[in-house]
Amino acid sequence: MSRRSRSRPRSPWILHFDTGSCNGCDLEVWALLTPRYDVERFGIVNKANPKHADILLITGPVTKKCEARLRALYDQTPAPKLVVACGNCASTGAPFQDAYNHCHGVDSVIPVDVYVPGCACRPEALIDAVVLAIEKWRSLDQGWTEREKEKGPELGHEVRP
Amino acid sequence: MPRTSTIPFGPQHPSFLEPLHLRVRLEEEKVAGVDLSLGYNHRGIEYAMEKDWKRNFFLSERVCGICSFHHSTTYAQALEMVTGVQPTERARLLRTVLLEVQRVTSHTLALGHIAEAMGYENLFMHFFREREEYMRIANEISGNRVHYCMNWLGGVRRDISPEAAREVSRRMEASLPRLRDLADVVRKDSTWLKRTKGVGSLSKAQAEDWAVVGPVARASGISYDVRLTGNAAYSLDGIKFKPIWREEGDSWARCMVRMDETLQSVEVCLQALSLLKEGPVASPFKGNPSGEGFSRNEAPRGELMYWVKANGTAGLDRVQVRTPAFVNIPPLGEMLQGEQFANVPVIVVSVDPCICCTDR
Ligand code: SF4
Repeated sequence: MSRRSRSRPRSPWILHFDTGSCNGCDLEVWALLTPRYDVERFGIVNKANPKHADILLITGPVTKKCEARLRALYDQTPAPKLVVACGNCASTGAPFQDAYNHCHGVDSVIPVDVYVPGCACRPEALIDAVVLAIEKWRSLDQGWTEREKEKGPELGHEVRP
Repeated sequence: MPRTSTIPFGPQHPSFLEPLHLRVRLEEEKVAGVDLSLGYNHRGIEYAMEKDWKRNFFLSERVCGICSFHHSTTYAQALEMVTGVQPTERARLLRTVLLEVQRVTSHTLALGHIAEAMGYENLFMHFFREREEYMRIANEISGNRVHYCMNWLGGVRRDISPEAAREVSRRMEASLPRLRDLADVVRKDSTWLKRTKGVGSLSKAQAEDWAVVGPVARASGISYDVRLTGNAAYSLDGIKFKPIWREEGDSWARCMVRMDETLQSVEVCLQALSLLKEGPVASPFKGNPSGEGFSRNEAPRGELMYWVKANGTAGLDRVQVRTPAFVNIPPLGEMLQGEQFANVPVIVVSVDPCICCTDR
């Protein structure tokens, strides 16, 4: 095991991005950082900078306008990175299935590693998801170079700025 | 000649929870102009709401996770106007309790968010600790933390046992001294005062011009509160209630209005819980609604309106939503004019912009 992969899972820094959620799951992500759940004791720190992030916590069904932004954030995050789709709408877009302006989930835009069910997902489930993501990280130790080449599916429509 | 520059804020920014894009034009350190760009959160919920009137009780909560119960209550009240079904007395009081619990979680979130935006991490944690207590109270009453899924046509879907009601009142009373401590911090703390006093002012004339609602209007000297009027007025249930308003119009006044309303909400909750009488929690209704209905409610950010047109089938012709943040966000341009650049996050957060409400 390389030094990098030994030390990094000890203190994963997270980036949270809202891609059109209802704020329910966002607030549960925030609740994680506050005294009751306090994930900082595991070394998990919320970094709003993609260049510092290891784990991306994405909420929301990815609206058409956010699609390109989400992709840009994913591309800006340096390579050992994991994506957690928080909540039902990030996983499948289910709560908004009849609405017209979204992409039905994060995995239609970028590769997702862990799905968290629940609308809104409970903070306990989110902690569990981050732990799962770290385990996946350890098991992927050798495979990172292949993963770095992995890109999300092609954009289905034209992107307007 | 001053040097000018343009700085983009968002859509992903440390001090905003939601995707909101601001282009701030600067002259040296002063803000010369702001361009707002919205629509990152537009999912098309109003269209989805035309599919099934029963599912909308849950879908309308998903418009916004901070004031979810206000949305579904307003939708339910609009449908009650369409069908003529009256909610039972117990249901009205239970709705009041949950509305006010959610107002506490929303206002403590807003205040904590301002503390976070000004870099006051410690206070942010304090506000969120109190917020968590009310999330748990909501969980106790409804079984959910964020979307309560409690509303139905003519009442609510779950009842609360007398023991649970007593336990909830006990916990609310226990939290009051802690909330009062926090109110003292907002009122007197020098760090807080320096960052908010006289910052981002909106005069009464400007507030009337922009037709702002909720705490933003009440901080600028307009004592307008929907909880006093209409068919959902608190006085109809025998709850004593007086709107809180101030005259300063700056960020501090908005914080103070929110803080005082938090304390008031807890008291309204306690009153409503003590007024609870035995009885059914929902009036029966069969069939599909037909006709037009309109309803207003005081959401944490201000006046929320729903207009529903039903046609006697499972679908609806149209649901129109007017959310408070929709009118509170545009005056930001005026508030930011001439302010220091470092104050931009605090001012933006002090109007409590809710992008998912605005964009839907
Ligand atoms: S999963 Fe539910 S609570 Fe979470 S963001 Fe989506 S609609 Fe909101």
